Amino acid sequence: MTTTPRWRALTHHHLFWPVAVLVVLLLVNVPFTPDFFSVRMTDGHLYGSLVSIVLFGSPLILVAVGMTLVIATGGIDLSVGAVVAITGALACSYLSDQADQAAVSGVLLAMGLGLLAAVVCGLWNGFLVARMGIQPIIATLIIMVAGRGVAQLITDGQIITVNSEPYKLIGGGYWLTLPFSIFVVAVVVAVTVVLTRRTALGLLVESVGGNAEASRLVGIRSRRIKIMVYVFCALCAGIAGLMISSNTSAADGNNAGLWIELDAILAVVIGGTSLLGGRFSIGGTVVGALVIQTLTTTIYTIGVPTQTNLVFKAAVVIIVCLMQSPKFRAKVFGGGRFGGKRGAHQVAAPADTAAEPGTVRKMEVS
Amino acid sequence: MAEPLPVLEMTGIVKEFPGVRALSGVDFRLFPGEIHALLGENGAGKSTLIKVLTGVYSLDGGTVTLNGTSVRFHSPSQAQQAGISTVYQEVNLCPNLSVAENIFIGREPTRFGRIRWKRLRREAAELVDRLGLDIDVDAPLSSYPLAVQQLVAIVRSVGTGDSDGSGSGTRVLILDEPTSSLDRDEVLELFALMRRLKGEGVAILFVSHFLDQIYEVCDRMTVLRNGALVGEHLVRDLDQVGLVQLMIGKALDQLEELHDHQLHADVGEPLLEADGVGRAGGIAPFDLEIKKGEVVGLAGLLGSGRTELARLLFGADQPDSGKVTIGGRQVSMSAPNDAIAAGVAFCSENRKAEGLVPDLTVRENIILALQAARGWTRPVPAAQRDELVARYIQALDIRPADPEARVGRLSGGNQQKVLLARWLITRPKLLILDEPTRGIDIGAKAEIQKLVVSLSEEGMAVLYIAAELEEVLRLSHTIGVLRDRRLVARLANGPEITPTRILETIASGEHQ
Repeated sequence: MTTTPRWRALTHHHLFWPVAVLVVLLLVNVPFTPDFFSVRMTDGHLYGSLVSIVLFGSPLILVAVGMTLVIATGGIDLSVGAVVAITGALACSYLSDQADQAAVSGVLLAMGLGLLAAVVCGLWNGFLVARMGIQPIIATLIIMVAGRGVAQLITDGQIITVNSEPYKLIGGGYWLTLPFSIFVVAVVVAVTVVLTRRTALGLLVESVGGNAEASRLVGIRSRRIKIMVYVFCALCAGIAGLMISSNTSAADGNNAGLWIELDAILAVVIGGTSLLGGRFSIGGTVVGALVIQTLTTTIYTIGVPTQTNLVFKAAVVIIVCLMQSPKFRAKVFGGGRFGGKRGAHQVAAPADTAAEPGTVRKMEVS
Repeated sequence: MAEPLPVLEMTGIVKEFPGVRALSGVDFRLFPGEIHALLGENGAGKSTLIKVLTGVYSLDGGTVTLNGTSVRFHSPSQAQQAGISTVYQEVNLCPNLSVAENIFIGREPTRFGRIRWKRLRREAAELVDRLGLDIDVDAPLSSYPLAVQQLVAIVRSVGTGDSDGSGSGTRVLILDEPTSSLDRDEVLELFALMRRLKGEGVAILFVSHFLDQIYEVCDRMTVLRNGALVGEHLVRDLDQVGLVQLMIGKALDQLEELHDHQLHADVGEPLLEADGVGRAGGIAPFDLEIKKGEVVGLAGLLGSGRTELARLLFGADQPDSGKVTIGGRQVSMSAPNDAIAAGVAFCSENRKAEGLVPDLTVRENIILALQAARGWTRPVPAAQRDELVARYIQALDIRPADPEARVGRLSGGNQQKVLLARWLITRPKLLILDEPTRGIDIGAKAEIQKLVVSLSEEGMAVLYIAAELEEVLRLSHTIGVLRDRRLVARLANGPEITPTRILETIASGEHQ
């Protein structure tokens, strides 16, 4: 065997495949854009393709991080795109009514109002899923469909523009040479990791998603946990909504965050979290979201015609998903390097667990 | 030369998984026309050996010889083509298709690409007939009970290679725990089929947890322990006591001592009192008292309400009448949390669906109950958690002793121990065990029973449910007898209480 233990450990790390895909995608850009990896300083701001990818990927990362926890409980949240639109619409319409749009207090209030609306959406989703027992895909479909209507009601069907320097900061401003949204994302990701891994929340979420009935019988208050994750997911979507409307200085109830729920779900899956619930990886999701954003960027840099955009994207996504499937890897790379260990893992598993319905007397030990 | 040549010979079989040597140099041979039992505790290597033989796992060492030629299978279908068929405990057939279609699925006789239905039906009927079975091959499989479906699965695997006349048919048939869900008559029918196949020269490898069945139908047995060969014996040369000792490697008289001990043990003051607790459709209102340090066993037929009673005392289902008092305080039982807060722990009979979170590690599964009680904001400190987990892994001898192992990959006995550890960590006052020994091997069974006794000695109350009456009698101070979802009797255990006596109580169903 040519593979060393260290290499094996590396290839079996749960982030290996997402990161590998990301690196390959980034490298693909180099022949088309030779200075792809260069970052230059202009007017005290850092510019470059890498910075842009993170900047434009920020809303997706936020939404996907929230989505990760929902998916880990065995649920799904289709409403995040609509929440993005509602939050932006509410914040912008409040702000545009102010006499002084540049007043920091007004901006904070607008943002608070938007996030409050997001939290309400999350509570509604959580209520339907955890209390009413409605299937998550149906429960969140309600806001997915109705939410855009609500957003348009708020904006009167218009695109509301705002002109506010402080509001512009969150999605389009710079701080310490970097786009401000990168800091927002970093803080949200850090808070999420601390919240899930430094407390027991992550374990309980994984338990609820891994086996709901067992979790109930072990005394986990799973309803509470579920409501929490839907609220958290909506809050993340709300911040993304502020970011998107801030970046464009406008609220578009119709198009803001359109289809972002699908990209977010995809990012979660690429990041290695199963749609069946259970184990989740925030790091994987961040990488997954970056993969999707890089893909979008790549489509532009290598000049894929606009009409074939989606087809190209779909093809890459299929490849990524195949690469992540242990079965596919075992087939392609043979039983050796990659397939072998997977098989080995399953081994210890299905030992002889016989579940025999009891009859009165069973003579097993005489 | 008294013995014919073996149809299958495995020599020096080695199979390694990361960190574990699942099989170390195991020899195994199978003669035509014999029924050969493969025996060992859970985790002894039976399943691994079968999976190596059928091509599910690759070999790490050793040779497999089939009909005198060396073979190496890379997939189950290769093994099947070579004449090695396997029937697993769960029936892998299509219930919506007819019996005949199931028998020939995937290898239907065709002409010009069209299936020759008449011939398919005729051949299926002939095959079923030849094997002495009374099954209508045109009926949908789902119209037959599970036991018959299992017979069809065997017919199907025996029929492999027959349809086009080219194949030699099945030479080796592996039956992995086929009897675990069958009743007595169905087992007899299965045995009749096995004997008929044996008469046709098929070599049958038979795995079962029921030793009586081994002695009933097998000719020869191979015993494994910890991945190594312990011995190969003719069934008539080795009695059950000797066999059990071979399997677990130590004498098993201790179980009898347990019984003696429990009969003379004292119990403490009342802990739990159930007063007219019941649930419509679940169990009729019952009164029950459990004392500190007392083991209360529940005896009754399957479906007599044993589990339903236990679930009410845990709040897993909500009682619609009566009240439960624990330690002098009334507990509402509106959710498991109420019972847990009052010091009740419950290990469900359904480990997979209601106990384990298979995706999580042993450590996470063990800590789960304690963590749930503390709430998400107060994680168990890592050092304390690791110390607790390590202590219980050692105390209960959970294998592999790796807190990072995924619990879904452990054997049944070890999974049960993980669940026990989960609750023991919370130091419950009352431990409810619903069929804790079901589907696990003799060694683990004995360990769990010993554990119950020592826990009760320390003052923990235990509500013990088991299908095996001997187990209930051995461990209990008091026995509750259930019949038709009603608690019909409470008997103080004593030398005069025998399984027969309990059965009589169940049969008469008198309220005492």
